[in-house]
Amino acid sequence: MAIETQPERAEPTGRGPETAGGGERPWWQHMGAHTGLIGAVAGYFLGHWLGNFLGGDFARSSLSDENDVAIVLGYSFAVIGWLAGLGVFNDLFLLMRGKPLPEEPRFLGQEGPGLAKYFRFTLDHKVVGIQYLYGMIAYFLTGGLFAMAIRTELLSPNYHIIGPEQYLMVVGEHGTMMMMMMSSVVLGPFGQYFGPLLIGSKRVAFPRLEALGFWLTPPAYIILLSSILFGGFPTGWTGYEPLATQATTGMDAYFFAFGLMGISMILAGFNMIVTIINFRAPGMRWSRLPMFVWGQFTVSWLQVLAVPVLVGACYMGLTDRTFQTAFFTNQLGGSSFLYQNLFWFFGHPEVYILALPGFGIVTEIISTFCRKPLFGYKVQVAGLLGVATLSFFVWQHHLFDSGINPDMRPLFMLTTELISIPTGFIYLVAMGTFWKARIRFTIPMLFALAFYFNFLIGGISGVFLSDVPADTTEHGSFFVMAHFHYTIMGGLIFAFFGGLYYWLPKMFGIKLNETLGKIHFWTMFLFFNTTFLPLFALGMLGMPRRVFTYARNLETLNDWVSISAFCLGASMLIFLFNFVMSMAFWRQREVGNPWRSRSLEWQLSTPPPAENFRRVPVILAGPYDYGVKDALPVADLDPPPGVIGSAYAPAARGPVTREVED
Amino acid sequence: MSLTARVAALIVAFLCVVGVGVFVAVYYIGSANQLPTVAYTASGGVVNVALQEDPQNNSTTTPDWVTYYTQDPTTKQWLHTTLFSVPAGTRVNVTIYGYDGCTPLRNNYWSKVQGTLGNVVTVQQFNKNNRPLGLTTTESLINSWATCSVGHTFAIPDLGLYVPVASPNAQNSVNNLCSNSPCTPASGGAYSLEKFSFMSPSQPGSYRWQCLIPCGGGFLNGNGGPMQTLGWMAGFMNVVST
Amino acid sequence: MSSAEIPLPAGRHAAEREQRRIWWLVAVWLLLSLAACLVIWFVWYPHLPPGDMTTSARHQQFDIAVLAVTAAPVILGVFCYFAYVLVVFRARPGDDSDGAPIYGNAKIQAAWIIGTSMIVLWLFVFGTVELIVPAGAGAGEGASPIWKQSGAQTVAWTPGTNDILQVQVIGQQWTWSYRYPQFGGMESTVLDLPVNTPITFHVTSLDVIHSFWPYLLGVKADANPQVDNVAYTTARQTGSFIVRCNELCGIWHGAMTSNGTVMTPVAFKVWATAVQAREKANGTLAALPPYALTYDPTVIPQLGKDLVNVVGVTGAPGYFYGPGNPVTP
Repeated sequence: MAIETQPERAEPTGRGPETAGGGERPWWQHMGAHTGLIGAVAGYFLGHWLGNFLGGDFARSSLSDENDVAIVLGYSFAVIGWLAGLGVFNDLFLLMRGKPLPEEPRFLGQEGPGLAKYFRFTLDHKVVGIQYLYGMIAYFLTGGLFAMAIRTELLSPNYHIIGPEQYLMVVGEHGTMMMMMMSSVVLGPFGQYFGPLLIGSKRVAFPRLEALGFWLTPPAYIILLSSILFGGFPTGWTGYEPLATQATTGMDAYFFAFGLMGISMILAGFNMIVTIINFRAPGMRWSRLPMFVWGQFTVSWLQVLAVPVLVGACYMGLTDRTFQTAFFTNQLGGSSFLYQNLFWFFGHPEVYILALPGFGIVTEIISTFCRKPLFGYKVQVAGLLGVATLSFFVWQHHLFDSGINPDMRPLFMLTTELISIPTGFIYLVAMGTFWKARIRFTIPMLFALAFYFNFLIGGISGVFLSDVPADTTEHGSFFVMAHFHYTIMGGLIFAFFGGLYYWLPKMFGIKLNETLGKIHFWTMFLFFNTTFLPLFALGMLGMPRRVFTYARNLETLNDWVSISAFCLGASMLIFLFNFVMSMAFWRQREVGNPWRSRSLEWQLSTPPPAENFRRVPVILAGPYDYGVKDALPVADLDPPPGVIGSAYAPAARGPVTREVED
Repeated sequence: MSLTARVAALIVAFLCVVGVGVFVAVYYIGSANQLPTVAYTASGGVVNVALQEDPQNNSTTTPDWVTYYTQDPTTKQWLHTTLFSVPAGTRVNVTIYGYDGCTPLRNNYWSKVQGTLGNVVTVQQFNKNNRPLGLTTTESLINSWATCSVGHTFAIPDLGLYVPVASPNAQNSVNNLCSNSPCTPASGGAYSLEKFSFMSPSQPGSYRWQCLIPCGGGFLNGNGGPMQTLGWMAGFMNVVST
Repeated sequence: MSSAEIPLPAGRHAAEREQRRIWWLVAVWLLLSLAACLVIWFVWYPHLPPGDMTTSARHQQFDIAVLAVTAAPVILGVFCYFAYVLVVFRARPGDDSDGAPIYGNAKIQAAWIIGTSMIVLWLFVFGTVELIVPAGAGAGEGASPIWKQSGAQTVAWTPGTNDILQVQVIGQQWTWSYRYPQFGGMESTVLDLPVNTPITFHVTSLDVIHSFWPYLLGVKADANPQVDNVAYTTARQTGSFIVRCNELCGIWHGAMTSNGTVMTPVAFKVWATAVQAREKANGTLAALPPYALTYDPTVIPQLGKDLVNVVGVTGAPGYFYGPGNPVTP
């Protein structure tokens, strides 16, 4: 159980040119995103040529004038080229040739100041966390732009500003961008950055996998957007077969990008599980683990177990389209039900991959700003574990009307309704934490409260959907849209913004402007509810999803929703303005612990030292012991020598030689 | 990095993102609006619409896709669009030139002519030298399963209009189909000339129309590609108030 | 993890005040819940979607109303509680102290777990009953439904008896059509139905997945290729309705609508026999394939060969007619 695998090195001898990264060579001579881009373009052309060579004369290709093999191989080689250009394979090749790895300062974040490290394959989890943060904001805003286009088209049932197939393309891009790109990425910024900090570790278990997990997301983003150049994909984010096999080339981008994100999620989850199990500091018992880390832990299990099924479904979808296998073609012995089940076996844990980090973030926030211990720590842990476990047993509730075996339906109704019990534990803990608290209404707290408000509505509407008779009217309608926007956007995105306002001072030493932040919160909360609450009614009144036209009597309600959505988009612009101005111009310094939080990450300097902790800390107490007289600090950051060694002294193995603390 | 450099970098990054978004928006909105809408006006209380369906087309990206063309009433040019407008509450006389060969329907119910005046169409076959073959016949059902006889359909489901478009008959079409689009009677391909009429609705609006033959070659079930792209085998008939 | 509470604030007055406030909170919650439930049940229920045109729609109305009545006190309870704590326990300006170190309370935790479990179990039992009693509640039950409707399965349908009307719903890109096997397998683009008659829908597709959703009938069944999906209902009121497609099926998914009318059984029989006679006379019936629960559109007996073997499942012009009918340009 090693805490560190490399001997503690002496402090770097200043930021001199010999040891600091990037000092002696200009940035463009290092491998980074720019070389990755060159590799990607070269790879694409190579793959495309190879695909034309292999599959150019299929009957399908010559009749339809499009060659999916070329596109898919193009994407594959582009991704390999991108990774090669980034330098992901460098260490691997060195090891394969039996050479030692270089002592480059890119390990453990000793690269030095400057922005260049954010564009490289760095092994410092804090850098990866910040890369995820910017990535996620970019992906979120792109998906949001598509949402604005959707609502513009839905202003009128008769007057169409974009054609019906373009509308489907926009709908699919919006949904896939949000669901796919935000999946692991939401855990990314805070999970990758604060995970090791919260458990008292200097690093993650597999830094290369972690960085690879991030660097797979930009190609997934570009590939998903490239679908537009091929006419888009007509299936929405669920990619149902056999329509997906029937679609034009844009569909390949969907399957490929989703599969790529799936691989990214699996790697990120795998890394996080091993890190949390093995790299906890001494004294960090499971019962002292911060709730955010529990959230990360459960989410990582979901990612590792559920996402491979998606990758399989995407892969089979691609082979159906390129080499004309017939996994999902009923006439040739396949089954359209197979895709639905594969997709939703992933799809349901996926939505909990989105929801659980939200639970984790808001729990951290409410404890700090109620200045109270969490009410029922074990109950919340049971809730998180219960949700994660049960999420594997409910997926058929997406298929109640599809012609599945009818006796499955009461079973899945039961399991889906059972999942509301552990979800309710989150509310029990929150409600208990607020009792006899001293509540401070800071901006993160406002977002956390909004989370509880929105998720309650979203969750209860989920109970309506889990009930099979009620689901007969609600399935596939705007009711479902309202439900998942309330839980995912109203839940997770609010939690994300809360976490952002909460943790930005720790990550960058900069506080976002208070006034703008409050304006952002109130406009976002107000317009979010005015946009999505009427959608429940729209769905119950018979408007299906993904339609470009609807019954005339629903036009007023749709117009209200669209105007609200535009205002919601404007509130995001307020946030963007605040973010850019605060980070670039105003730079209101906030080092130290502005929230007076007990949590371990706040006990470090801002930004945290390169290797997180000079000495591995010894954890003395849980992070939620507010209000307790003479409570121990959460950790001893400067433990006396020998403490670590004795804590890990292997039984009867001779003298402990691990005196590495001095 | 100095403050100005940081600011510049952030602004550049942001503008890149916005630029991508705008490009995407303009690209797909622009592409939808590239299709012209052919406006037909009434003369003498009737409006005459002319369409043709071809076995290939003159585009560079997808030359093998089947497609419809719409004739501009003033210039008599065949435009590669499926959007046209007719006045409301008027008798619409439709002429369709069928240059494409036959394919069976997935649901042979659409072999029956529905929704036209008299529920019939008239069909006249022509050979590749533009000579009429046989007499003009009046059909109420063109059975795509019994003989090689239906090329495509023209259907406006909201009006209950379903019309099978006859193909050049089998013997006639051996190696005789038009191969340069947009086809004209003089361009050297056998074709069938089909005519029918219906009343345009009194309520203005956009009425979609589609083909029901699985003619998307290379796509599963034949319903992909041109079948799902405006300007090819799917379009809008806009009914405008007079 | 201690569950000790700090000593109550000084004085019994504070304790009594707190007790009173809690009773007020409970009273407000009870009143609001009662008001909400009454409004839901008496004002809203009769107008709840999907209306009361059919038995399945009525059962769904009832189901949704009961769910709402169960959910309203829960939502109101949480909101009232949050409103209370946010006001009472907010930090006064300048107050930097910590809150009370309450780590948990076994009784409250147990009560919560038991309470939520009971609500969930009640919902499950109720939902299952509501699913079974109306023969599947209008949802598609697959090819072998377990909960069937009562009625007589007959070859010919007679109005005024308990005969079940069989209707096949064929979804294809991008239009609906309906076949009535009890009327010779005649096909129609409008879905006309008799009132007060048990109806069995057999929903299938000819290409991709669609979903048959006549909203006012309270029926929803996915149309899958080569699959027969059965749904039941009985109409109780006459009137017209619109059928929408509820599963994304391509470009015209949003416009894939169809009209239908529920009429008196005698009028329905008149209409259906008239359509059957007309289609027999004008050759439509002969052109249709024999009625079957699913169709493979690439097997056309009249053409004497399996289309799939010739070119594959993709549509392509002309190759299906044999050497006598080549039609390549």
